[in-house]
Amino acid sequence: MLIRSAAPGEPAASEITPRSAYDGRRNVLKAAAALGAGALSGPVAAQLAPPSSSAAQRLAAVPSPLSTSEPPTPYKDVTTYNNFYEFGTDKDDPARYAKSLRTRPWTVVVEGEVAKPRMFGIDELLKLAPLEERIYRLRCVEGWSMVIPWIGYSLSALIRQVEPTGNAKYIEFFTLADPKQMPGLSSQVLGWPYVEGLRLDEAMHPLTLLTVGLYGEVLPNQNGAPVRIVVPWKYGFKSGKSIVKIRFVEKQPLTSWNRAIPHEYGFYSNVNPNVPHPRWSQATERRIGEDGFLQRKRPTLMFNGYGDQVASLYAGMDLRKHF
Amino acid sequence: MARAATVGVPRGGLPAWLKPVVFLACLVPLARLFALGFADELGTNPVEFVTRSTGTWALVMLCATLAVTPLRRLSGWTALVRLRRMLGLFAFFYALLHFTVFLWLEHWFDLGAMLLDVIERPFVTAGFLAFVLLVPLAATSTQAMMRRLGSRWQALHRLVYLVAPLAILHFWWHKAGKNDFLEPAIYGTVVGLLLLARLVKRRR
Repeated sequence: MLIRSAAPGEPAASEITPRSAYDGRRNVLKAAAALGAGALSGPVAAQLAPPSSSAAQRLAAVPSPLSTSEPPTPYKDVTTYNNFYEFGTDKDDPARYAKSLRTRPWTVVVEGEVAKPRMFGIDELLKLAPLEERIYRLRCVEGWSMVIPWIGYSLSALIRQVEPTGNAKYIEFFTLADPKQMPGLSSQVLGWPYVEGLRLDEAMHPLTLLTVGLYGEVLPNQNGAPVRIVVPWKYGFKSGKSIVKIRFVEKQPLTSWNRAIPHEYGFYSNVNPNVPHPRWSQATERRIGEDGFLQRKRPTLMFNGYGDQVASLYAGMDLRKHF
Repeated sequence: MARAATVGVPRGGLPAWLKPVVFLACLVPLARLFALGFADELGTNPVEFVTRSTGTWALVMLCATLAVTPLRRLSGWTALVRLRRMLGLFAFFYALLHFTVFLWLEHWFDLGAMLLDVIERPFVTAGFLAFVLLVPLAATSTQAMMRRLGSRWQALHRLVYLVAPLAILHFWWHKAGKNDFLEPAIYGTVVGLLLLARLVKRRR
């Protein structure tokens, strides 16, 4: 079914960072829970087991110099604590309900202000550029964070294929909206389909990742299979999942959260500890799986720590106004 | 006035077992949190889980407390009122846990930072006010205080009519970030009905 086998001598993504090592850190949490409960419990190990992955699920990728060296969040947390409203608004809904998503066949339409509009099949996308493992911090607007070993390549590789015209100033991303596969669409919490957007220079930035996998495997459905965008210096919701259409446009697109609650969620949504959300501070965050129950939250970094690479994109802009 | 509802045929007192059973039932949510913590089953974000659980149960207990009077009137079982103080104190107990998690795990006992949060964010303000207003009610819940305060006791305890809407507002504004108002709408309806029931002319 898939994809690309590892070249001789090339390490499988799974070997670069053994998952068991990350999962061990879960003990921090266990210890904290035990502190509250007064004793240490036994049957925890079962849920730390790595997922059974078939050969067909594995993706070979080379490590990227753009990766952080911070320890990744346990696989179980990355794949069971998700916001993906098409499958429900609770964080465990996506893992529970996203099994109904069919990720093959899958096509992504690329259209709008481009010289060569076209449709990409998922297999074409997987081969468009060499797959890299990029270990990025992810900061959710809700005040939690993770470190995730994504697999993909810079979105710019796809953008160059379609040759944007001079009118292309922004890019819109559309998530699949099929009520048959996505039970959350019956709820009206957001307008469907889910729309996100970036300025063209943001989309062209090498950090902006067209993502097809994580932890050495194809993306789990709840994480946005089969293809999603990851923009590591912005709040997580900017990173659209299960993308079916990419459109190049001249005007700043009206994105889903910006349309739903404009005073809380701006178009840019760069991670910014100095601009609080109306209902909570953004100055700190809780690192999932690492910051245990009784551990202080960690300070949030400007642009989620990617300021050296991306601050120049916003030179001269008032990031309080363009939040 | 407080005695008006005792008119009618009383159907006897509370069975001896009822109070201890309700007491234990009210402790189940706390026991559950300990059991889940013990088994490392508090989920991916345990602080969030505990915060939400304690907040939800404070609200449930508040609804239960407010339900006593309408139930008593509907059923004519006046002895029900003897459960009310316990339910109210459990509402305060879960609100106290909810507030403690906020003060401890969010603010690490930095009172200045906590108060700044209260001032700056209406969602926190509403929840904080609801909690603060519960404190004098809990403090004056004893028989001795009832006797000492006399008629002023009831006036003071009408603060609960402010606490409940504030708690709903707190929940509503919290969920606004998810644009998902189903749960606060359900609790809001329950609280609304329980408060409305008090406006209905009392049966004679």
